Amino acid sequence: MTQTATTDGSTSAEVEPLLSARQVTMRFGGLVAVDKVDFDVYPGEIMGLIGPNGAGKTTFFNCLTGLYRPTSGRVVFNGAVLPPKPGRVVRAGVARTFQNIRLFANMTALENVMVARYCRTSSGPLTSIVRGPKYRREERETEDRATELLDFVGLPEVAGNLARNLSYGDQRRLEIARALATDPKLLLLDEPTAGMNPQETRQAEELIFKIRDSGLAVITIEHDMRFIFNLCDRVLCLVQGRPLVLGTPDQVQSDPRVIEAYIGTGAQEADGQVGRDA
Amino acid sequence: MSIPGIPVAARRRYGPLARIVTIVCGAIIAAVAYLPWAYGSDALDNVTYLGGPSFIQFIALGMGLVLAALVVCSIRWPDGFGRTQVGWIRGARALATGLLIIFVVVAGAISVQLGGTININYGAWIGLAAALIAFLATRFLIGEDTPTLNRLKTPGWLSILAIAVVMLVMLFVAYYALDQSNPGTFVTFLVYTGVGVAVLLRTGALGWLTRATGAHRRVMLLAAFLVAFLFPFTQGGSDANMSIAAQVLVFAATAMGLNIVVGLAGLLDLGYIAFLGSGAFVAAMLSGTAMATFDVHPPFIVTMLLSGCVAATLGLVIGSPTLRVSGDYLAIITLAFGEIFRLSMNNLDGSDGPDLTHGSRGISDTGDLNLFGFDFGATHTIAGIEIGRFANYYFILLIWLAIVILIFSRLNNSRIGRGWVAIREDEKAAEAMGVNVFGLKLFAFASGAFLAGVAGSIKAHVDISVTPDSYVFLQSSFLLAAVVLGGMGTVLGVLIGATLLQLMPEKLRFVNEYRLMFFGLLLVIMMRFRPEGIIASERRQLEFHDEDEELAERLDENLEPAPGAVAVEGASR
Repeated sequence: MTQTATTDGSTSAEVEPLLSARQVTMRFGGLVAVDKVDFDVYPGEIMGLIGPNGAGKTTFFNCLTGLYRPTSGRVVFNGAVLPPKPGRVVRAGVARTFQNIRLFANMTALENVMVARYCRTSSGPLTSIVRGPKYRREERETEDRATELLDFVGLPEVAGNLARNLSYGDQRRLEIARALATDPKLLLLDEPTAGMNPQETRQAEELIFKIRDSGLAVITIEHDMRFIFNLCDRVLCLVQGRPLVLGTPDQVQSDPRVIEAYIGTGAQEADGQVGRDA
Repeated sequence: MSIPGIPVAARRRYGPLARIVTIVCGAIIAAVAYLPWAYGSDALDNVTYLGGPSFIQFIALGMGLVLAALVVCSIRWPDGFGRTQVGWIRGARALATGLLIIFVVVAGAISVQLGGTININYGAWIGLAAALIAFLATRFLIGEDTPTLNRLKTPGWLSILAIAVVMLVMLFVAYYALDQSNPGTFVTFLVYTGVGVAVLLRTGALGWLTRATGAHRRVMLLAAFLVAFLFPFTQGGSDANMSIAAQVLVFAATAMGLNIVVGLAGLLDLGYIAFLGSGAFVAAMLSGTAMATFDVHPPFIVTMLLSGCVAATLGLVIGSPTLRVSGDYLAIITLAFGEIFRLSMNNLDGSDGPDLTHGSRGISDTGDLNLFGFDFGATHTIAGIEIGRFANYYFILLIWLAIVILIFSRLNNSRIGRGWVAIREDEKAAEAMGVNVFGLKLFAFASGAFLAGVAGSIKAHVDISVTPDSYVFLQSSFLLAAVVLGGMGTVLGVLIGATLLQLMPEKLRFVNEYRLMFFGLLLVIMMRFRPEGIIASERRQLEFHDEDEELAERLDENLEPAPGAVAVEGASR
């Protein structure tokens, strides 16, 4: 735990944020999915992103990882503006998982993780064809690292199994291992415990703490409030694309606006009908 | 495998009877080989004798005996040996079906070649009837579980022996098939080969062979090339078959390049022939003969590389704007590119612009190659056997094919190959995991073009002349069909596909007008029943049968347990 994420949710001035989003806005035609979100993540911090369905959480993730180009605003990572290109974002050190698991189903677990080493290796066609020393070294390193990561997430015994044959919980963990293989500084998890039973959720929680302890910052989207409030140092609540509350789990939990956003009042429900839900 | 029409109860009841019937039918088919099948000697390889079987009849004899033997074995060892399951009944079923097809083909060939069913003698009728009864009887037998022969541990010497036998059989099949001038015999022989492979597959023996030979890949590959290398020496100085063989090799090497684009990167290229053509034209222009349009004649190695580079540059030019968009656009653009190529080659005749290709006449003399003092145009005598012009080119093409296969399989089993698989699986996820999607696609496209270009430079000399007419869309579609029919992403499959597609028109000249119709029909049937091709790469099979959980489980079991082997072996066989 670093000193940056202080308990009152304010940020200390002396440490640079790892990632800072400034006024990030994503518009789809007339629909504003993400509306001027300001957001900082500090090294070694677990950040929670909550909000009702359609609040723009995944869209915001897509803006951060270059899958969408934000309509306006910018994202600075590690002192440099992130370009809206997924490949460049990964190389800069931001990795993600997907809400609906997107593993390479017909590759083995090990191969899935090895693929993600792509951006950290550089063997070209020539050395691959002649099997030069560089190729052999890199290939060995890739495999060692992938095996190590499978161990790290607790899947050492399924390395040779096809991803599609893994259990649901294992697939989620494999996706995390795959994201970690890109050597990120920041890991974005999109609903890492969706569809998991309580035991698997607890394991996921431990895994995320373990990832944080290895020096990464984590942002996680989640609907399971117990999970979020156990895990996160700070929580941002998005409602209809706008940041509603940013603070410690306790602050967010007790904020009447958050409760209102989730449970809803008559007025807000009517508002929702207008069609902000993306 | 359950056949819907026949209930299990009926199968249980009539099973023993069906076994006996099948054994008897097998014996009858074996005996039928000694009876005359036709009234005229022009059908097949002369099947008119009583008591003197021709080669085609001898194979039928063997197959009849094997059918009976399979059923006998299924009675003697119903559960296989120890814990190893053998697919006796599965094999018998496939063989009975195959024999039925064979006798239908035989009867058809006799009727076509001699003019009417009246020419079919009683031997063939008895054989047909026996095959039909055997086919029906085997429907009453209950097949075994999936055979597990592929899990047997095989001693090294046996694997090597298996490789040797496989190679000898392949050499013989190639030799015999090429040697047939009678289309009926050729087709029947092909069907025999297909049935033989199907039986091996269904009994599980093919699985064992794959595993045993796969354990000694290097020996296997070396043996395969040795056999291919020895092939010209079986021709006794005749160059007729070697010219076909050389064309097969050109076609196979080109298809293998296309296999990188289609099979590995998953891009649809409908104008691939243009890359072969551009290579051929570059080589022809620089060939230094009277017809060549440039007055420079670099050494052939330089020409070869230059041809490849020109083709690769064209590939980059076509690929870079189109590979960013989705696959369908690429197909249309490459189709258009193929046409642009043909038209430009036709029009670069000097009437408007430079005279590079002599228009539709093409460059009609490219001369023969002369590498290190070895004249490819002359006949050489090696070990007392004459090696003619096409045999010379056959050797250089064989070396080139080996290089292409090496490039293909090494790229496939590398960081780049993993990237390609990921792109095929889920492009968005691959991109989000840092795979350079555009770069890898462009590389596949350009390297495929390069390989085609180099193949084209050799083809220019094999064909002597280079005309725009030989590089048309039809050829592109044949190349694509060779890859798709053979098995995208596999080496063996594409080799088989290319050989079949190039050999069939040569040997079946009588169906020439209907060639495209048969070809289309074949494609439709394949796409319906086996979209992954003759030889399926395991990964491709999974991709085509996305919902087939049983298949996924089975392939999972067959995967190498050691993690180290996964990266090295990859998906291709």
